[in-house]
Amino acid sequence: MGKPEFLSRPSHPRWGEFVIESTIRVLAFSSIGFVILIFFFLVREGIPIFWEISPENLFGTRWYPTFGLFGTLPLILGSLLVTVTAILIALPLGVATAVFVREVAPNWAREILKPMIEILAGIPSVVLGFFGMTVVAPLVREVLGAPTGLTAFTGALILAYMALPTIISVAEDALDAVPKSYRDAGLAMGATQWQTIWRVVVPAARSGIVTAVMLGLGRAIGETMAVMMVTGNAARMPLTLDSLFRPVRTMTATIAAEMGEVAQGSVHYHALFGIGIILFVITFIINAMAAVTIFKKPRRGGLR
Amino acid sequence: MINRYQVQRLGFILLGVISLIVVLPILFVVGNIVVQGIGAINWEFLTAMPHGGMKEGGIFPAIVGTLLLVLGTAVVAIPVGIGGAIYLAEYARDTFWTRTLRLAIINLAGVPSVVYGLFGLGLFVLFLQFGTSVLAGSLTLAIMTLPVIISTAEEALRAVPGEFRLVSASLGGTRWQGIRHIVLPQALPGIITGIILGLLRAAGETAPILFTAAAFYLPRIPRSLLEPTMALPYHLYVISTQVPGMPPRVQYGTALVLLTIVLSMNAVAAIIRSYFRRRREW
Amino acid sequence: MEPKIRFQNVSYFYGDRPALRDVTLDIPPNAITVVFGPAGGGKTTLLRLINRLNDEVEGTRMTGRVLLDGQDVYAPGVDVPRLRRRVGMVFALPLPLPGTVRENVLYGPKLAGIRDRARLEEILERSLRLAALWDEVKDRLDDPASRLSGGQQQRLCIARSLALEPEVLLLDEPTSGLDPISTGKVEEALQQLKHQYTIVIVPHSVQQAARVADYAAFFLMGELVECQPGRDLFTTPRDRRTEDYITGRFG
Ligand SMILES: Nc1ncnc2c1ncn2[C@@H]1O[C@H](COP(=O)(O)OP(=O)(O)OP(=O)(O)O)[C@@H](O)[C@H]1O
Ligand SMILES: [Mg+2]
Repeated sequence: MGKPEFLSRPSHPRWGEFVIESTIRVLAFSSIGFVILIFFFLVREGIPIFWEISPENLFGTRWYPTFGLFGTLPLILGSLLVTVTAILIALPLGVATAVFVREVAPNWAREILKPMIEILAGIPSVVLGFFGMTVVAPLVREVLGAPTGLTAFTGALILAYMALPTIISVAEDALDAVPKSYRDAGLAMGATQWQTIWRVVVPAARSGIVTAVMLGLGRAIGETMAVMMVTGNAARMPLTLDSLFRPVRTMTATIAAEMGEVAQGSVHYHALFGIGIILFVITFIINAMAAVTIFKKPRRGGLR
Repeated sequence: MINRYQVQRLGFILLGVISLIVVLPILFVVGNIVVQGIGAINWEFLTAMPHGGMKEGGIFPAIVGTLLLVLGTAVVAIPVGIGGAIYLAEYARDTFWTRTLRLAIINLAGVPSVVYGLFGLGLFVLFLQFGTSVLAGSLTLAIMTLPVIISTAEEALRAVPGEFRLVSASLGGTRWQGIRHIVLPQALPGIITGIILGLLRAAGETAPILFTAAAFYLPRIPRSLLEPTMALPYHLYVISTQVPGMPPRVQYGTALVLLTIVLSMNAVAAIIRSYFRRRREW
Repeated sequence: MEPKIRFQNVSYFYGDRPALRDVTLDIPPNAITVVFGPAGGGKTTLLRLINRLNDEVEGTRMTGRVLLDGQDVYAPGVDVPRLRRRVGMVFALPLPLPGTVRENVLYGPKLAGIRDRARLEEILERSLRLAALWDEVKDRLDDPASRLSGGQQQRLCIARSLALEPEVLLLDEPTSGLDPISTGKVEEALQQLKHQYTIVIVPHSVQQAARVADYAAFFLMGELVECQPGRDLFTTPRDRRTEDYITGRFG
C-alpha cells in the first residue's frame, strides 16, 4: 500500500473552506471596526465644540442653547443623580431577588419569577416611559404633594426596574459560580442556611455582584426614552437635597430631545455630539471595567 | 428572644416579599396596558392609515415600519452576528486581537442607544447620504443588535460538547466541516433564540431611529429603503408626549400592539429554548 | 519487516511539563500493539500524536519524528484530514455523534466525498459487520445512536472508524466504560481486525493488556521502559519497573 503521495495536500485545495473561514474572520473583526467607527463619527461631528466655545461655558452650570450657553454640568449631574439613585434602589432588590431565586425559592416560585424577569427585560423603554408618565408620575405627585410627578425620583424608579434584569441575571451567575463545598462547609459548622447565605455565599460572589452593578450602571446611564418621558427635563443644577423630587434633565434626554431641531453643523449640533462623546467614554470605561471580571471566567468549547 | 431558625424563617419571607416587589409592578405594567389598550384594538386600528392629527384611524404604517426596520436589521445582523459567534467560539485563540475583539463587543453592548442614534446620523444619514431612511435606521439598529446575537450564539456554540469536534476531526473532518455538520445544527436552537432576542430589542428601540429613520407623520408605506418611515416605538413616544389632546385609547392601543409584538417574540424564543433543551441528546 | 509506525526520539511538552521523553518505538503492521502503564504516563498523548489530534492544543511543543509508512506525519504539506482517514481513532468513552446509527457510520465517508448510495450502503454493512455489531443493529439503523447500549455504542464508534477503511486503528481505553461481556465482544472484534489493520490500543487493565497484546510497550512517566512481544513481556520482563507494575507491586 505504498502510495507515495498519500499524505500530501489534496489535489484540489479547499478553496470553499478558505473563503468561508476568511469571511467568518472578517465578520467577527468588523465589531472592532464598528467601535472605531462609532468613536470616529462622534468625534468628527462633536470635536469642534471644544474650540467653538470656551471651556468655562462647556463645563458651566447653565444649558441654554438659544443664548449660546452650553454648560453640560447640570446634564452630567442630572444623569448621575438619576442613575445612582436607580442603582441604589435596584441593587438591594436585585441581589435579594437573585438570592431568593438561586438559594431559597421553591421550584414553582422560580418557574414564575424567571419568565417574569425576562418579560421585564423585553418591555421596550418607550412603553415603560409611557407607563411612568401615565401611572407612576401622578402617583409620585400625590404622595409627595409636589407640583409635578415628573421628577428625578420618578426616572430613577423606572430606571431601577430597567436595570433589574441585568443585575439579577449577572448576580445569579455569580451565586451559581460559588462552589457547593462553601455552602456545605458553612452548614457543617452548624450555621443555618440563612447565615451561610449571607456570611459565605454572598461574600464569595462579591466580585460577580460588583460586575452586576457595573453593568446595571452602564445600562442605566445610557437609557434614554423612559428617562426623557418621566424626568421633566429641566436643565437645572441638582445641588440641593430636594433635587431628587424635582424635574431634572439627563445627557441622553438632551440629545434625544434636541437633536431633531438643530441645524447640522451649528454649535448646538456640535454640543449634542459632544455630549455623545462624554456618554460614549463613560460607558466605555464602565463596561471595560466590568469586562475585566468577565474575562477571568474560564471558557469551554472549541476543539479539545 | 427569637432563635436563629426563626430569624431564617423571617429572612426567607423577607426575600420572598422583595421578589414580589420586583415582580408585581411587571404584572401591573403589562396588565394595565392590556386592559386599557384592548378596547382600541380592531381591524381598522391595525390596518388603516392614521388621520385627523393621528387621533383617528389606525397605526398601520407604524406597524409596517417597525417590521421593515426589524427585517432590515435581521438581514445585516444575522450573518455578521453568527460569523462573529463562530469565530469566537470555534476559531479564536487567546491572543491580543481576540481580547480586543471581546472588549469591542462588550462595549458595543454598552453603547447607549441614543449614541447609536448619533452615530447612525453621522455615518449613514449624513456621510453616506442615505438620508433619514429605513436603510440608515436598519443599519444603525443592526450594529446595536450585533452584540446580543454574538454573545448568545457564542454561548450556544460553546454549550456543544467539545468531544463532538474531536470525533469529527478524528474522522477526517476539517474544522469547518465539524462546525457545519455537527456543531451548528446542535447549537441552532440557541442561536435562533439569540437572534430573536436581538431583533426584539431592535423592534422596541426608539432612540437609535430618532434621527436615522423615524418619521413623525407619514401616512403611507415607504416606497423605497431610502425613505423615512413611521415606527411603533417612535409613534408611541410622539403621541404620548408631542401631540396634545391625544385620546388615551389610541396611546394605550399603540403601546399594546408594540408590547404584543415584543413579548410574543420573547415567548417564541423561550419556547424554542425549552423545547430543544428537552430534546437534545447530550 | 518495515514498521507501520515509527517514533524517532519523540519528546512532547504541555507548556513546560514533559509528557513524552525521547521515545523511540516501532509499531509493526497487522498486529495488536498494547501501550500500557500507570496514569499520566503519556499513553493518550502518544496515540494522539499519530493522527495529529493534538494539533489544536495550545502551548505544546514536540521534538523528534513520527513516521507512518516511512513518511513524516508532521512534515509541512501533510494533509491532516487525509492522514486522519488513514488512522482511525476510538476514544475511552463511547462518543456517538448526534444522529442515527447510519449517520454515525457514514459521517466520515460522506465528508470524504463519497456520494454513491449503493457504495455507502455497502460501507455501512461492511463496517458494522467488522465491528461485530451488524446483527444487533441491522433493524435499528435509523434509530438515534444514543439509544444503543454502551457496549453497542462503543462498537459503533469502532465501525465508524472502520468505515473510512483506515490502515491503522488507535484505541484509547476503549472498554473502560463497558461491562465484561461487552468488553469481550470488543476484544473479539479486535482479534478479527488485526489481520488487516495495524492496531494500537491502550488497555484499561494489565489483564486486558496481557490478553490482547501481540506486542506490548510499557510507559512510565513519559518514558518508554521497554517494548517486547507480548508473551515475553508479560512472562519475563526485562526491566524491574515493568515487573513491579505487572505483578501489581506498583503504587
Ligand atoms: N491538554 C493537556 N494540557 C496539559 N497537560 C496535559 C494535557 N493532556 C495531558 N497532559 C499531561 O500530560 C501527561 C500525560 O498525559 P496522558 O493523557 O498522555 O497520559 P495517559 O498515560 O493517557 O494517562 P491516563 O492513563 O490517565 O489516561 C499527564 O501528566 C497529563 O497531566
Ligand atoms: Mg489516557
